[in-house]
Amino acid sequence: MAYVAIADQGQELHDPQSFITKYIWSQDHKVIAIQYSITAIAVGLVALVLSGMMRLQLGFPNSFSFIDPQSYYQFVTMHGMIMVIYLLTALFLGGFGNYLIPLMCGARDMVFPYMNMMSYWIYLVSVLVLMASFFVPGGPTGAGWTLYPPQAILPGTPGADGGIVLMLVSLALFIVAFTMGGLNYVTTALQARTRGMTLMRLPLTVWGIVMATILGLLAFPALLVSAIMMLLDRTLGTSFFMPAILSMGNQLDYNGGSPVLFQHLFWFFGHPEVYIVALPAFGIVSDLLSVHARKNIFGYRMMVWAIIAIGGLSFVVWAHHMYVSGMHPYFGFFFATTTLIIAVPTAIKVYNWVLTLWKGNIRLNVPMLFAIGFVFTFINGGLTGLFLGNVVVDLPLSDTYFVVAHFHMVMGVSPILVVFGAIYHWYPKMTGRMLNETLGKIHFWVTFLGTYAIYYPMHYLGFLGLPRRYYALGDTSFIPDSVATLNASITVAALIVGVVQILFIYNLIVSLRKGKPSGGNPWQATTLEWQTPQTPPVHGNWGPTLPVVHRWAYDYSVPGAEEDFVPQNVPRDVVASEAD
Amino acid sequence: MANDAMTTTAPGFAEGTGWQGIVGDWSADKQAFGVPWGKAMMWIFLLSDTFIFSCFLTSYMKVRVSTTIPWPNPSEVFALTIGGQHLPLILIAIMTFVLISSSGTMAMAVNMGYRRDKKKTVALMLATAAFGAMFVGMQAFEWTKLIGEGVRPWGNPMGAPQFGACFFMITGFHGLHVSGGVIFLVVVANRVRTGFYDRKGNYDMVEITGLYWHFVDLVWVFIFAFFYLW
Repeated sequence: MAYVAIADQGQELHDPQSFITKYIWSQDHKVIAIQYSITAIAVGLVALVLSGMMRLQLGFPNSFSFIDPQSYYQFVTMHGMIMVIYLLTALFLGGFGNYLIPLMCGARDMVFPYMNMMSYWIYLVSVLVLMASFFVPGGPTGAGWTLYPPQAILPGTPGADGGIVLMLVSLALFIVAFTMGGLNYVTTALQARTRGMTLMRLPLTVWGIVMATILGLLAFPALLVSAIMMLLDRTLGTSFFMPAILSMGNQLDYNGGSPVLFQHLFWFFGHPEVYIVALPAFGIVSDLLSVHARKNIFGYRMMVWAIIAIGGLSFVVWAHHMYVSGMHPYFGFFFATTTLIIAVPTAIKVYNWVLTLWKGNIRLNVPMLFAIGFVFTFINGGLTGLFLGNVVVDLPLSDTYFVVAHFHMVMGVSPILVVFGAIYHWYPKMTGRMLNETLGKIHFWVTFLGTYAIYYPMHYLGFLGLPRRYYALGDTSFIPDSVATLNASITVAALIVGVVQILFIYNLIVSLRKGKPSGGNPWQATTLEWQTPQTPPVHGNWGPTLPVVHRWAYDYSVPGAEEDFVPQNVPRDVVASEAD
Repeated sequence: MANDAMTTTAPGFAEGTGWQGIVGDWSADKQAFGVPWGKAMMWIFLLSDTFIFSCFLTSYMKVRVSTTIPWPNPSEVFALTIGGQHLPLILIAIMTFVLISSSGTMAMAVNMGYRRDKKKTVALMLATAAFGAMFVGMQAFEWTKLIGEGVRPWGNPMGAPQFGACFFMITGFHGLHVSGGVIFLVVVANRVRTGFYDRKGNYDMVEITGLYWHFVDLVWVFIFAFFYLW
């Protein structure tokens, strides 16, 4: 007997009435998405302020009495961890994943809404636990975002008292929350698509987010295990990661553990994490480019396969983060090779983005600017990745500002540009109003050019051998005096970019009431989320019947069609499809 | 339903031969797997959980080979003297037998669930839960015995401190899975009894519980092999 999908069984959705069930304890994927997004952006602003404080110290050393070496390391650590996990992962998967997957698949909600709601609340608890570490004695941990043992839990490292414990507990909670949400995202996309929405008709946004979620479900376990083991090392005195070690002249009780084991576990999570952040960005940017260039995405099938290939490869490259830890040369060879192979599917994607733009009817609005900005930034960051993927080049460059510049370009700025583009793109669907275009353009240009002013000089600083994570440089013969000037200019640029984000927040808040009404489909896009009967979509998304999909997501400028876009739910006998 | 989906499938997607045909076929329907949502989700969760246990076991193997102090001999540590007989690994053997038996009763419960035999389903699920509880009880006994002999997470009289650390962590994490499974089984069995699933129209949850239970059982086989037999 064929299983009848639950969406087809005509079950009634619970329909919340009161304010609390509608907006607080909501099981609606759209409300949960917005809750996730607001929380992630709020905690991201904390991390942004922390980065500003770091830059103040680096640009103008010893001018600020409230930044001592201890707090500097705490800023570095918390900035990194918050940005990577609590902002980007949560925003892409919990925010955009929640909002877009059911709408783009033509589902009424996630498959298990209650679990989806729990996902958000546990995420919120993990954020609160993390924030609490700012207020415990000793402050948050200053172990660096990689939390390498033995130093992460030894006295002398900032936050070794309470901060590191709260960090590890918060990470474990985050993983529980992510798993609850992630199971929903994957199951919804695989099992709850509407009629006609085949996997190969899904918008690339869904492909990117779902693949990233699968990576998360398989990579976060390694982080969970390492967090549990480090927590045991810290609280019970086990020796998983702790070798026999002297601290302040005294031998500690630890014995025989393996610090390198932690590095393996951490990076077995850490490298897929790069793609957990990057793949949703790839997917979303593909859709933004296609919509705003009024052209179908170039090479849709190859784009899908590239997402899958990148996802698979991301699990066999982790030790390229550990070249300086020392390893057998054959391992270095293996990991360098797999790392460079990732360049192939990634390059396919970049070519396809460029070819999508080629001869397109480009509308240079704010989402498009951010999308194009992403392509530039990603190429920059990706190319420096080729340098660092090679063992011999990595050894001298590792632990310099070259690495800082590389990963900020490729997994900091690039995804965040997509986040901005995506918010400008989908805000009208979420609220029914457009964001202010002028403010958006100012926001884009300052952010885009500003990040180049920040990170381009850092490549050069890295070539000079400037070590990263140093609180102050002191008198070092190989560092020329001009470095101080450069550092000051980077700081000025960073502060300007930081401040201009206020404009963005202002835009988000003011446009909620004062924005130009957008209508249901302001960008004239084809994908299902723009075809909902109401904007913003109400609970249940689709009114009495689910939409039926007749074509792929990229029927733009179809010859013979009246308009330059054909929504996915327009039957094929009305207009033929480009994909035929 | 499958036919409906086929008629709206785009040319070029569901057609083709060889690999293209397989991909086209698989991607053509509304759902990638012909199973209920809950079952698909449980499979994906178990995949994720597999990675958790793999990481635990890999870490255990790594610290076992990297520690400089000799590893205690598990056959001796886990031996019991019963009636004057020195029996290595006897308790673990019984525990393993109990847990594997519980998989048998679980499989029968799923079968009875398909036949809509409410009484037998409930009875077999409760039997499974009882086996599970027995397993956890014996584990508690084992823990007590080792703690009595001075084994602690941070050290033990027999050898490498990682022995106790890995033992408590891995069997503890697995024991939590079993305990959670027992609660899960009792709750679902009760819902079968009250007719909750009859009103819902399907007994999927019995099978989903079974998936989880078999997984916990399978994980134990690996822990048994790698921790006790090595």
